[in-house]
Amino acid sequence: METDALKPKPVYLNLGPAHPAMHGTLRLFCELDGEIIVRAVPEFGYLHRGFEKHCENSTWTQCIPYTDRLNYVSAMMNNVGFCKGVEDLMGIVLPERAQIIRVIVCEMNRIMDHLVATGTNVVDIGALTNFWYYFNVREKFYNIIEKLCGARLTTAYTRIGGVMRDLYPEFQAEMNDCLKSLDKAIKDVTGLLNHNKIFLNRTVGVGVISQEDAMQYGFTGPCLRATGVAYDIRKKQPYYQYEDYDFEVVVAANGDTYDRIMVRFEEMRQSTRIIEQAMAKLKPGPIMTDDKRAALPPKSEVYTNIEALMNHFKLIYEGIRPPAGEIYSCTEAANGELGFYIVSNGEGVPYRVKCRPPCFPIYQAYPKMIEGRMIADAIAVLGGLNIVAGELDR
Amino acid sequence: MDPLYLQNQFPDAIPRAFLDKGEAVVHVIPEELHNILKICKNDPQLKFEFLMDVVGVDYLGQQPRFEVIYLLYSLTQNHRLRLHVRVNEGEMLPTASNLWASADWAEREVWDMFGIAFSGHPNLKRILLFEGFEGHPLRRDYPVSKRQEIPEIEEKL
Repeated sequence: METDALKPKPVYLNLGPAHPAMHGTLRLFCELDGEIIVRAVPEFGYLHRGFEKHCENSTWTQCIPYTDRLNYVSAMMNNVGFCKGVEDLMGIVLPERAQIIRVIVCEMNRIMDHLVATGTNVVDIGALTNFWYYFNVREKFYNIIEKLCGARLTTAYTRIGGVMRDLYPEFQAEMNDCLKSLDKAIKDVTGLLNHNKIFLNRTVGVGVISQEDAMQYGFTGPCLRATGVAYDIRKKQPYYQYEDYDFEVVVAANGDTYDRIMVRFEEMRQSTRIIEQAMAKLKPGPIMTDDKRAALPPKSEVYTNIEALMNHFKLIYEGIRPPAGEIYSCTEAANGELGFYIVSNGEGVPYRVKCRPPCFPIYQAYPKMIEGRMIADAIAVLGGLNIVAGELDR
Repeated sequence: MDPLYLQNQFPDAIPRAFLDKGEAVVHVIPEELHNILKICKNDPQLKFEFLMDVVGVDYLGQQPRFEVIYLLYSLTQNHRLRLHVRVNEGEMLPTASNLWASADWAEREVWDMFGIAFSGHPNLKRILLFEGFEGHPLRRDYPVSKRQEIPEIEEKL
């Protein structure tokens, strides 16, 4: 028999866009040599719905519900990111209570995002139990969110100049209860994973990216911190008085899937600390700015005072009108730097809104991280990067 | 960061440099864009290791029509810079993908959405929209309600 006939021909494999392990509508086209990926080309855009074009045709307030759909796993962080951009453009400083509420909901959403990211990541490599431990807690957080704003996923909780609704009376007790069960869930899950040989074999040294490469590709968030770079906007360029909170920036050293998972574990603990400190700081006070350019006047004034009535109508009919100008404003979202570049020409609708989703640059490095490795590794790496198609495709 | 630091060194390349709501902004002429970006990355005072994003804006009715903004961040210096460059329809900008890998997809998105081409780009094709899409949807003159049919595409790597 001729040996030439046994030479392997390249095999092409199409992963996604409708594949249970591809986390949303991502598609990966691979050239295989046996089970090794020789070349991989990601294709996305299946979830592109023209977020930026929609913003140009909606009032500033109407843009907020669109931001829920960016990273739907941690919707409130997108609400906060967008509103902070517009507020910075208008020069509005939030009242203290509104700032603290935003910190609390952001950290709560960071925990939820990390629960999904680590939970689904280990499901993809065969550890289903952890997922249930995590999703029990996540459900409790969703109950809090539902009580807070009436919706579970599409929250639209913030308004330009503050938040939609104040915390409900039992909020602190329920949150403390939730954080306790989170602590238990993290202990349970790390107990199952630490020293677990299958888990370690599947994650340690898989999908390694060096510090230099990660910075070249524009990595931010847990994926960058897993390589050892201590970049966290909450520490580097603090907003909402994050400098007053006592928490650590979690870094690892190797930049592999294991480190990315472990960084997220530890960040959940740090977020717990921030929420506890924030709740201790809460004092009664306004949750909306009194800036008449953004905040609706109180109903008692609208019914009795012609100027308040006109102000109300103008804000509803024409929308908020930020002064002409442009700004780049960024917040530390669960996945990294969530930036909004906003251009206003002084009208009631944005001239341009550009969203910088954290996972867009991260996904660009994905082929490089999996080429030369097994198909199964590609799935393990993808979960660790936490690519969310909603914000990737916009 | 002091935007004048750059302008004082390259007064011909940078007609405007100022602070805008605390953000450092410089406007660069397109011919010198690549040069200035290279300096932004390598100058020890600037040291911008991150190209966070490349943004396109269509100022329909103005000359030049488009603006492209490079959002830079330096971890060592902990400062940011917004680098603006104006470009007309049909004109090209030099690619920054040989300086920062993140420019690759970011520039593809600008091409996809605005039709601004980048010379020297290794793989300048659509990224969010499908091959065969006509026009560039984030241009101001692209109607918001316009719909297009998705063509049959042959499978290829």
